[in-house]
Amino acid sequence: MSKRVETAESPPEPRREIPIPLDAVDRRTVLKYIGLGALGAVPLVASTQLMDGLVKDVVTGPEAAGLAAPTGDATTKFGRVRQWTMIIDLAKCDGCQSQGTPPQCTTACIEGHFAPQPMQWIEIYEAELSGGGTQFIPTPCQQCENPPCVKVCPVGATFSTPEGTVLIDQDRCIGCRICMAACPYDRRFFNWGKPPIPPEAALADYSPEQQTPASRGTVMKCDFCPEMVRGGTLPFCVQGCPNDAIWYGDFEEDVATNGRQIVKATQLISERNGYRLKEHLGTQPRVYYLPGHGEDIGRDPENEGRMPTEWPWIERAEGAVTWTR
Amino acid sequence: MDTMTNWHERLIRKTTRPTLVTTYRYWVWVAFLVAIVANGVFQYSKQWSEGLYVTGMRDRISWGLYITAFVFFIGISHAGTLISAILRASKATWRAPITRIAELITAVALVVGASFVLIDMGRPERIFNVFRYGRWQSPIMWDVMAITTYLTASVIYLYAPMIPDLALYRDRLANKVGFIRRFFYETVALNWRGLPSQVRFLGKAITIMMLLIMPIAVSVHTVVSWIFAMTLRVGWNTSIFGVLFVAGAIFSGVATLVLVMATLRRMYHWEEYLTPKHFLYLGYLLAAFAGFMIYVNINEYLTEGFKLEESGEFAFRQLFIDDFAAMFWFYVIGGLIAPIVIMLIPKTRTVAGVVVAAILVDIAMFLERYFIVVTGLRVPLMPYEPASYAPTFIEWSIFIAGVALFLLLITIALKVLPMFAVWEMTEEHELAIARQTEPVLQTGYEGPAPGVSGSPGPDGLTEGGLS
Repeated sequence: MSKRVETAESPPEPRREIPIPLDAVDRRTVLKYIGLGALGAVPLVASTQLMDGLVKDVVTGPEAAGLAAPTGDATTKFGRVRQWTMIIDLAKCDGCQSQGTPPQCTTACIEGHFAPQPMQWIEIYEAELSGGGTQFIPTPCQQCENPPCVKVCPVGATFSTPEGTVLIDQDRCIGCRICMAACPYDRRFFNWGKPPIPPEAALADYSPEQQTPASRGTVMKCDFCPEMVRGGTLPFCVQGCPNDAIWYGDFEEDVATNGRQIVKATQLISERNGYRLKEHLGTQPRVYYLPGHGEDIGRDPENEGRMPTEWPWIERAEGAVTWTR
Repeated sequence: MDTMTNWHERLIRKTTRPTLVTTYRYWVWVAFLVAIVANGVFQYSKQWSEGLYVTGMRDRISWGLYITAFVFFIGISHAGTLISAILRASKATWRAPITRIAELITAVALVVGASFVLIDMGRPERIFNVFRYGRWQSPIMWDVMAITTYLTASVIYLYAPMIPDLALYRDRLANKVGFIRRFFYETVALNWRGLPSQVRFLGKAITIMMLLIMPIAVSVHTVVSWIFAMTLRVGWNTSIFGVLFVAGAIFSGVATLVLVMATLRRMYHWEEYLTPKHFLYLGYLLAAFAGFMIYVNINEYLTEGFKLEESGEFAFRQLFIDDFAAMFWFYVIGGLIAPIVIMLIPKTRTVAGVVVAAILVDIAMFLERYFIVVTGLRVPLMPYEPASYAPTFIEWSIFIAGVALFLLLITIALKVLPMFAVWEMTEEHELAIARQTEPVLQTGYEGPAPGVSGSPGPDGLTEGGLS
């Protein structure tokens, strides 16, 4: 803790040196070239063989589909496998009340992943504070290192990767839904009917890392965007957040970025009293929370409620049925 | 032994009656059941083409009536094991007329129960992934293994003691049944001639299966409970679930046996063989298991309710006071307390009383399975409004089709298979007569004292296998 790579303290008022276009697509493009943070600064070493070996050892199931295919593997310059993490600063999250929009992380995720309605792979829960008022908790899949869902899957369709994420192979999933019963965070979603997706989603090449197009009778969830990070961009939700509340990082090199700053991940967690959801369950999530209720961006905890999530492309999803959770 | 011959002939005449005589009422009944099953198949075809969207299940309550039916029918399948294997092992001679019906219920209920797992799958066409990619770490795989083992063992255990009866049918009914059934009996009787070597071999086979099937049956419903208990859900996350499920399985299995027995007794006038004594003994068994269920439930709810961890309050409130209170209290009062009361009061300690108790127990155990599945999933995991679940018309249609399939398979078996272990009943009857001639050995229904019976047949069977 003696050596400081970068200060982790957050300024009380939001910094706005770079004007951020609110349109998520534009912002995504901008970030793709300039906002790579730590990940862009480090040359990505391609070592398929190392990856293959690790996949065989760690990944459950003989040939966890799609994992061996990507060319750029997520390794550090020393050839070590990255350990993805997400650190969510609740002091900077107001559920996009100040934006007057639905939560932008969820919206960006839905636009990027074509997550079928009503799936919110990252969902903003509004939880009561002990002293009254509420806080907003953006909740992606917690990417447990001791994942209850992976343990119960009968066919190895959901599995842990060497990078510490949990993925689902929808080509193998039999739809028994025991993983949904097992997940203590309500972070798994089922395609009860023909999934409502826009026509362009059908053009995508399916892989467990990019769960598009969705298929009926299978389970989906947040995949932590590993293929995007390998390609040098931050996950959709990180890009979408107007308040830079979501940090994405790698424990292997101990860095995290919100697209604007680069910090030492462990230091940020420690100095801000980071915690994990339902830590007592022993699931060891890879998602950390820094306590707060949006106070850094001036939110009053008594100011409750947020805009409902929208699926902007839903009218283009022809012939599809939607359902409620 | 003239009376013995008469008794034996009457037994054969009465037990083969369903095989030989087919009334129009039988066909009406079969047509009725086939129509219900056909409707279930039709409703399932909708689910097949549109997905589980047609059910009331959604992300937060992602299991419902199908899984309830799965647990319920696998539970019922425990009737055969208890009655047949445990009573055989403990040499309770009164079991002889009811073992066949019990074993048949086991096999049929397993087939129906297992099919509900398939019905509940989002991708049933990928069922072979379970064998291609199966992970032994998954409770679902334990279930696949346990249930297939149990089904195999129950079919063998149903079949082996049936061989002498099938041979009897082959010999006696050769001229009375059509070509197909004659061929069937000739084939499945496996050239049984009642030779001493055959009797010894069969005795060994039955003994081995009897010993094997008890641990298998206990494991099956324990593993079914582990599907729930291996998760971190409030209400499911408890080590008593295995005991609760196995006890409940035998409980509902005995109740179902009583109901099937009562129906067949009425229809085919089998009062001589399915006597009030059988119903009373099974009634006592129901009462004993009701008491045990009360004990297990107190254990379950007190240890969790006393501490009231995390979402415990919500879990208890929905069960005891709110949404599921009617079901829960019917289960407690109608399913657990009423059977004990019925068996305690001499006036209700009758065949009719036991049948009423059995009906209550079966309904209560179905409701118990339902609220275990649904309440466990309904407890909110995150700050969201609790979800609700109600089975849709399609789900109910398929569930009722499952019940109809259960009845249909028994109805068909009635037409083909010997519903009584005629040879065992004959042996027991001979022994009973022998005991009456030697009053010193009259010890009620505790079975013959070893080595005194003078008949090498029955004792040679079980003991020969054990040694």
